[in-house]
Formats: sequence, C-alpha cells, structure tokens
Amino acid sequence: MLANLTLAVMWVGLTCYALFAGADFGAGAWDLLAGGPRRGAEQRALIEHSIGPVWEANHVWLIFVVVLLWTGFPPVFAAVMSTLYLPLTFAALGIIARGASFAFRKVSSEPRLRQVFGGLFAGSSVVTPFFLGTVAGAVATGRVPPGLGAGNPYTSWTGPSSLLGGVLAVLACAYLAAVYLCQDATRSGEPQLAEAFRRRALATGAVTGAVALAGIAILHSDAPQLFAGLTGRALPLVIFSAVAGAAEFPLLWRRHYVTARVVAALAVTAILWGWAVAQYPVLLEPNVTVAASAAQNSVLAPTLVALAVGAVILVPSLWWLYSLFQQRPRERTRTLRAMR
Amino acid sequence: MTGIVLAVVRPGDLAAARAQMGFSLAWHIVLACLGVGLPLLTVLAEWRGIRTGDQSYRLLARRWARAMGVLFAVGAVSGTILSFEMGLLWPGLMGTFGQVIGLPFAMEGIAFFIEAIFLGIYLYAWDRLEPRKHVLTGLPIIVAGIASAFFVVCANAWMNQPRGFTLQDGRVTAVQPWAAMFNPAAPPQTVHMILAAVMVACFLTASVYAVALLRGRRDRYHRLGFFLPLTIGAVVTPVQIVVGDWAARFVANYQPTKLAAMEGVYHTGTHVPLTIGGIAQGDRLRYGLEIPDGLSLLVGYSPDTEIRGLDQVPRDRWPPVTGVHLAFDLMVGVGFFLLLVAVWLAVGAFLRRRRGRFLLPRAFWVFGLVAGPAAVVALEAGWTVTEEGRQPWIVQGVMSVRDAVNPAPGLMVGLWLVLVVYAGMTVGVVYVLRRLAKQTPVPVAPQERDVEDYPVT
Repeated sequence: MLANLTLAVMWVGLTCYALFAGADFGAGAWDLLAGGPRRGAEQRALIEHSIGPVWEANHVWLIFVVVLLWTGFPPVFAAVMSTLYLPLTFAALGIIARGASFAFRKVSSEPRLRQVFGGLFAGSSVVTPFFLGTVAGAVATGRVPPGLGAGNPYTSWTGPSSLLGGVLAVLACAYLAAVYLCQDATRSGEPQLAEAFRRRALATGAVTGAVALAGIAILHSDAPQLFAGLTGRALPLVIFSAVAGAAEFPLLWRRHYVTARVVAALAVTAILWGWAVAQYPVLLEPNVTVAASAAQNSVLAPTLVALAVGAVILVPSLWWLYSLFQQRPRERTRTLRAMR
Repeated sequence: MTGIVLAVVRPGDLAAARAQMGFSLAWHIVLACLGVGLPLLTVLAEWRGIRTGDQSYRLLARRWARAMGVLFAVGAVSGTILSFEMGLLWPGLMGTFGQVIGLPFAMEGIAFFIEAIFLGIYLYAWDRLEPRKHVLTGLPIIVAGIASAFFVVCANAWMNQPRGFTLQDGRVTAVQPWAAMFNPAAPPQTVHMILAAVMVACFLTASVYAVALLRGRRDRYHRLGFFLPLTIGAVVTPVQIVVGDWAARFVANYQPTKLAAMEGVYHTGTHVPLTIGGIAQGDRLRYGLEIPDGLSLLVGYSPDTEIRGLDQVPRDRWPPVTGVHLAFDLMVGVGFFLLLVAVWLAVGAFLRRRRGRFLLPRAFWVFGLVAGPAAVVALEAGWTVTEEGRQPWIVQGVMSVRDAVNPAPGLMVGLWLVLVVYAGMTVGVVYVLRRLAKQTPVPVAPQERDVEDYPVT
C-alpha cells in the first residue's frame, strides 16, 4: 500500500519533470534551431525570458525522482544506475552543460561569448533528454536486470526501443516547448513569434505522432511484454493520449493557446502513466516487483509524511512563481520600456 | 528484496570512482557554501539599502544577486551530479542503505525546491514586487539553504555514525529513519558545516573587495563590500573554533581511529603529545612539532587521558595518516589565522569608537584578501579529514568503499569526462564572475527598470 503510494508520488514527480523541465529542454532545442545570431535574436530572447525564472525549480523534480527512487526502491535504483552508467553519465554531463551555460549566457554581453554559451546550452538541451529517454527505454523493455552492474553496459540502452525512447523524449520536449511558447509570445506582445511557434508546434506534433505510431511497430518486435501491456491494460490511456494529440491540431489552428497547453500536457502525461500502468507491478524484469523492492514501511511512512508537509509550503510557492511570471510586469515598467 | 551480487572490482576503477566523487564533491562544496552564505549577505545589504536609502548598499545587493544567480545555477547542477553519482559510483551503498538515509535526502529535496523557487522570484521579480516584499522573498532562500545543508550533512554524519538499522546477512532490517538521521555525529557536524559555509561566503566576498581597496578604490561602496561580509565572518569565526573543538572531541570519543589519524597517534596511551605537522614514517610521525601531553589535555583536560591509537585496529583499516593529519593541521591553522583577522578587526573597530579614526593599516586589507582563499582551503581540508579519515569505510565499521563501488567497467572514462567538464565549468565561472565584477549592472532580466536608479561609481 505505502509502496504503491510512494511509486505514485514518484511518478507524479516524473510527470512534473517531463511537463516543466521537459519544456525547458525543448525551449533549448528551439534555441538551437533559431538561426543565426541576428535572425534568431528575438526567439532567443523570448526563450531566455520564459525559462529564466523557472528552470531551476523545474529541474528539482529530477532530484526529487532520484531521491525517492533510492529511498523507496533502493535495489531498483542501484540496478538502474549501475547498469545504465553510460547514458546516465552523459545525461548528467548534459545537465551540467545546460544549466551552467544558460546561466553564463544570461550574464554575458559580448556577442561572441553569448554564441558559445548559447550553443552549449542549446546542444545539451537536446542531448540530455535523448539520453534520459534511452534510460526510460532500457527500463521499460526489461534490459536492466537486478543486481549491481549486472546488465550489459552498452546493449542495455542501445536497442531499438531505447533509441525510440530517446528520440520521442526529444520530440516531446520540443513539442511541449513550442506549444507553451505560443502563449508566452502572445502575452509579451509578439504575435509574429507566436505564429512561428504555432507552425513549429503543428509540425512537431505531426512528427511526434508519426514517430509514436511507428514506435508501436518497434515495440511489437523489440519489447513484446511492454507492447502487450500498452495494448492491454493501458490501452485507455494510450487512446486518450492519441485523442489529446489529435485534438491539439484544431486547437492550435484556432489559436486557443491556453487550452492547447493543457491538452498537450495531458497527452504527454497519458503516455507516461500508460507506461506505468503497462509495466505495473514489475519494476525490473523478470521479477523485481514493487512489493519485492520497496523499502520498509517504517521508512516510507515518514518520507511520505515529510513530503506531504513539504507540499503544503511547496505547492503555493510554485503557484506563486509560475503566476508571477505569467502576469505582465507592473504598469510603470512597460511605459518605461516603451520610452527607451 | 532481491539479493545483490558483488562482482570483482578492479583497483583502478575503485580509485577512479573515489577520485571522481572526491573531485565533484570538493567542487560542489564551495558552491554549496556560497549558496548558504551569499543570500544572507545579499538580503542584508538589500535590507540596509531600503532602510537607509544608501546607494552603496543597493548596488552591493544588485551585484551580489547577479553573482548569486550564476553560482546558484552552477551549484544546482553540480549538486544534481552528486545525486547521480551516489548511484553511478556507489550502487552498493545505495542499494543496501538507500532507504536508511533516504529521509534526510527527501527533506533536502523539498528545502532545495523552496530555495530554487524563491531564488527565481528574488532574482527576476525585482521590478514586479514592492521593495519590502522583495526583500522578504529572500528570507526563504536563506532558511531553506541552511536547512538543505543541515539535511545533507545529517546523511553524511550517518556514514560516520551509522544508526537506525539492523544488518542480517547483508540485508537491512528494522530501519528507523529518524534514528539514522539524528545520529550522534549529526549535531557537531551540521553546526560545524553551516558555520563553515557562512565563513567561506563572507571571507570570499570580502576578498574580492580587498583587491579593489588595495588597488586604491577606497569609496564607500568598496569599503562596505569589504567590511559587511568581513564583520559577519569575524563574528562567526570564534564560535566556529569552539564548535570545531566540540567536533574534534566528538571524534575522539566516537571515531577514535579517525582521531588517531588526524593527530598521528600510533600507540594507545596516556600523556599523548600534540604533534603539529610531520610525516608518517613507519609507526610514528617524524619531523613534527611536539607539545608534551598536548592531545591528552585537549581531549580530556588531563594529561592522564587515554588516547586510543591506530594500534587498536588492523593495519589494513588505517586511514591514510599523513594526508589526514596534515589536512587537519591545515584546517586548524587557517582557523586561527581567521581568528587573528577577526580579533584585529574587533580591535580596529574598538579603537575607532574610542578615537574616532579608523586605524586599520593597509596590511589589514592584505590579510582580508588572503582570508577568502584561506577559508576555502580550510573547508576543503576539513572535508578531507571527514572523508579520508573514515577510510577504508564508506559506512564506518559496516561497509567498505570496495564493497560499495559500481563493478561496471569504464569508471576511469567517467572520471576523465567529469574532469574535463568541470575544468571547463571552472573556467566559465571564473571568467563570468570577473566580467560581472567589471560590468556596470545591466538588468538581470530584460524587463527590469530600476537599474537606472543605481548609478555605478
């Protein structure tokens, strides 16, 4: 009971990481594709402006998931981290490069330096979700056996499903970012940027959908167990995700950006929870289940209580952070800006 | 629970894993200290600026806030790497004991969350909030920063004094997470570390302004930038020396082998001298300065106090004596140097009140300049004592580092990658901070308006 609750809380954390930090990574990907320093300046300013205040808080969800995994399911943590040492090291280095170079770029003024840091930021924003996606793929397809470093350090995460996981992660991040940025651009009074990101959201939505469909065929041959779960118990969630994904097109077409945000987030959420439902209760193939790997109740109970108490402070604070920067700045500021 | 099979670990990979962990921790710990101390200084300066209307305080707050933004970002990611490395490098530790020390880490996660949220607000909402409200958003950063340090060091203290579990055939049973978290080493270690963090941030910040003072920029802005952090650091220093004494006495009672290595005591006995400096050769320290009965007096206030030496444990369980001993002496030495700076400042301030003139000579600025890097040296040396002094154990008396390390091949490659990336990041941080120090304050966020109100001198 407590173990299932812990897993659910961890999955909520993972979902938040995907929806918030994922969009930050995606914004980095659009930064990469924004073009030369002059042509892309406006887009980069918008991206920097919208992820600047929130990316660090969004990033903490990852730490949340990692800590909850080792606290709640220590043998699973040990097995995943030790076998998937390589992609996780690459992801970790990507996280470092992304965060540091974003902060460096923000305070640099020379164009040359901004370009170097910007390139690092944007490049690592693509690399990091890719490797995290391969990790998800490796776990989902049962290529991480229990034990310390028991799996193959290379083939465990280079199979077709893992690569699919990596590509889908990058696409989903880019898609979320494009959808979110439409509204950000509209709010900051830049309709031409909103149009640009609307086109990108539509295109990435189509590509992501196509890759996901093709992915079903890959899973069928590469990961029959996951395939059976996704087309069995998890089918409602998969269908829900597909419907939400399809509903995005008319929403974006009619420029209902706020609704489009919610629906895009729901589509990604449904995929993550579909994976969880499909695989439950097995965490690691063949037989490491939730019950078999969970920490003792004497650990889970106080941890969950601590998180609940923390949430009382955390949720309003997060709400304030997001809402503060979704509002327009104070009136005087805008007039001053206009005067400059 | 699935049994964990231990594979054979190559010695090179173990050394690589230890080097990687040590390096990334040593790197992060400086950032972590600044993360605890800088918000304190910045909020203080901003508050004084609001109260007094003094432009210099306001400008200091803006400058420190910008540096804080960069340092916090880098600290956040280098801290994430550490949480990854716990599993990438030490899955044996985490697979077995992850649940025992999970609770403080979960709470640290929440504290860090709050820090990150309010840092985002503090740095970016300068123009969206009234000044008084804005300064208040800095307070959660300070509280959460101190809380994070407390939780993380609780977990580290557990490695020195493991409690709250029973081990049966390599499996952990009857876990009591609160007992594990509030282990006996937690009080001295957490207090010592939090004070150290404040000291490092204060002395390091003061150092920056000492350079400017020495270069002849004696205006109010630079003087305040020097004396505000230096004063806080000076107040904390004597307290830290008392706490350090408590921490060392704790080690003497609870981790006698670590103390033996710290002080280079090979043979158990009474009337043990205090040896300053020296190199371990054979079964004794050579070339050190010995103070007769010194250690016995320090530990038990009597020359008859018995000190347990390294001879109490087999030789293969000795920590590296020379390194631990010299690191300890270095930390204590720097501590007393900082105390000298603090006393000098206090005398200067006292004389100023008496005679109305500031009597600190130029040489004092040189001392203030040295104090920052010296505090970092003491921090790293102290950290070395804690970690190396526990060797070969990762969990004192329970699990050795060899049993905790990841048996996967290629850890050496990871070490090189991490070294290269961190070297790049170091260059980046230093370069960017130097640029920041020279620049006039341009807005942190493009929408900021109040920058015009703060002219730069």
